[in-house]
Amino acid sequence: MLTFARALLAALLVLSVSGSSAFAADPPPLKIGMITTLSTAGGYLGEDMRDGFQLAIDEERGKLGGVPVQVIVEDDGLKPASGKQIADKFLLQDKIQLFTGIIYSNVALAVVPSVVEAGAFYVSPNSGPSQLAGKGCNKNFFVVSWQNDTPHEATGQYAQYLGLKKMVVVAPNYTTGKDAIAGFKRTYHGQIAEEIYTALDQTDYSAELARIRAANADGIYYFLPGGLGINFLKQFAQAGLKKTMKVVLPEFSLENHVIGAVGNDAEDLYGTAHWLEDLPYAANKKFVTDYRAKYHREPTPYASQGYDTAKLIASALRAVNGDLSKADAFRAALRKADFKSTRGAFKFGPNQYPVQDWYSMKVVRDPKTKKLTLRGVGKIMRDTGDVYSGQCKLT
Amino acid sequence: MQADLIVSLALEQVLNGLQFGAMIFLIAAGLTLVFGIMGVINLAHGSLYMIGAFVSASAAVHGAPFAVAVLAGAAAAGLAGVVMELVVIRRLYGRDHLHQVLATFALILIANDGVSMLWGKVPLPVDVPGALAGTLSLGGFVYPAYRLVLIGAGLLAALGLYVLIARTRLGMLIRAGATHRETVAALGVDIAQLNTIVFGLGALLAGVAGALLAPILAVQVGMGEQILILTFVAIVVGGLGSIRGAFVGALLVGLVDTLGRAYIPVLLKPVARPEIADSLGGGLSAVAIYVLMAVVLVWKPRGLFPAGAR
Repeated sequence: MLTFARALLAALLVLSVSGSSAFAADPPPLKIGMITTLSTAGGYLGEDMRDGFQLAIDEERGKLGGVPVQVIVEDDGLKPASGKQIADKFLLQDKIQLFTGIIYSNVALAVVPSVVEAGAFYVSPNSGPSQLAGKGCNKNFFVVSWQNDTPHEATGQYAQYLGLKKMVVVAPNYTTGKDAIAGFKRTYHGQIAEEIYTALDQTDYSAELARIRAANADGIYYFLPGGLGINFLKQFAQAGLKKTMKVVLPEFSLENHVIGAVGNDAEDLYGTAHWLEDLPYAANKKFVTDYRAKYHREPTPYASQGYDTAKLIASALRAVNGDLSKADAFRAALRKADFKSTRGAFKFGPNQYPVQDWYSMKVVRDPKTKKLTLRGVGKIMRDTGDVYSGQCKLT
Repeated sequence: MQADLIVSLALEQVLNGLQFGAMIFLIAAGLTLVFGIMGVINLAHGSLYMIGAFVSASAAVHGAPFAVAVLAGAAAAGLAGVVMELVVIRRLYGRDHLHQVLATFALILIANDGVSMLWGKVPLPVDVPGALAGTLSLGGFVYPAYRLVLIGAGLLAALGLYVLIARTRLGMLIRAGATHRETVAALGVDIAQLNTIVFGLGALLAGVAGALLAPILAVQVGMGEQILILTFVAIVVGGLGSIRGAFVGALLVGLVDTLGRAYIPVLLKPVARPEIADSLGGGLSAVAIYVLMAVVLVWKPRGLFPAGAR
């Protein structure tokens, strides 16, 4: 009896060992480290980006470019120090060689240098800081979204095109806010009646609104991301200022969540974007339909950027069959940008930041659904890169 | 600019400051009561404000009239406050302030995650009720009607609290509890129950503030922490534990913050280059309320009207 039990046990052992070895023949999935902002008031930006990225993986049933992948997501809480800690853990403990996900440039500036110095790759779905676009560019750093200045240059261009003579510009009083206003002024050549800097945690804008009214301008541009812009726009409309001024905004201040939260006050706002929900490309139609079906909410630029980032990574993983040790081949494949972007034509400039078209848009009421939606108006800039790329020396 | 325009702009800015102060007061009143009577620093007070905003926003989304939505938000925040007191805060009386800060900070994290699980991370839409959506012409300037309602609500709450604290039995117990806790208990008053009532009342007021501010602010996770810092400055300036102090402190903070943002950049224009004046002015006006706090604390270390110093 005992021998029988022993034999049975041995048989089971052999079976289980052979079973597991057969399983082990499949390589473990390639790990992708996603450091992003999921908490704080900016959390919904990271959530949209993550969900857009995941959608591309779901399309291939857990693979990108035919390579099984596992995305490890960690929340940086909008703190550069936390982002750096997560990156160190990903690099040393999880041995991750491919990073993405960061929303805010202050976090990106803390994380990206240590990632690329360790020989790993970082593909940015959102943040495109000027510090890493010119002299500080790196061969392992790619940006899929835009250089931080460009959305504001496009908006300045549109304000100019709309014939606005005198404008008020508003931004939070920190580096990115000042860069935004500098970008706007690079392409807008009318008179700036007031330049207003606000606090990053500000909720009430009544004092600024009274100043804006007194400035007697015919247009306003503001860069107030997420909740800041929602607060501002609601109060701006309640003050009756929408009747006398045209509002021209970068895409951060005018996307579907902002329109949803602001309601009717968003009607007739103008803006610019590198991606629009109604762009007529097949890749975009598929993305918009699938995103709505899976997440039951409207897609945003952040979601499209996450999706495009995953598609770019997929194209390069396919080229090296998931083997990141072939770093040169992987890099060359990324540079080719051989994927169908949701925004149409896409290529990289010499600093590995995008060269792409920018669209003008307007919030209109859909005649059928009676809901406010963003509609593309035309192209405001074509094949546009950034002003820093000339200083970048990548061989 | 002509003189009458300058005067009417100044009046408008003062009104803006009063409105902002009135809203800070609604939140500060509860915070200062809880500190004055129970000696608890409640960092999670902003979460109650957030709960008020979210519940009233979702009531409005489901078609409730504005007044009903505000009541729902206030009731939900009050209820959440009572539960918070019974489950957590009750265990913190008499403990070290650091323990209280730690525990109530944990409550912030729980509230934020709970709200984002229930409602998601995307800000909710709330429109100003139709009848109040327009602007009113007040002499030389136009003013949003809804902001006048906010000033009224703040003053009404202040008056209500004054009557409650100075004229009712409950108010007498609250005042006595703030200064002579043991005596009140020795006289047979159920201090535990009094604490729950006061905490619930403070939570209710925070909920009213959240519900009233929902139409002009982004209703989103983390909105409580943004306003909590200003609220703390207001009660420190006014004197911890005193409703009168909270009222004066909140109005001062509202006025200094608003007038700072309105005039510091303008005043800097003649003396500095435009781009420097704008960004330096933005920076200086952001710290104006902290300068106010520092000046008040140097002059009166316990704030303007500390509890028990009448």
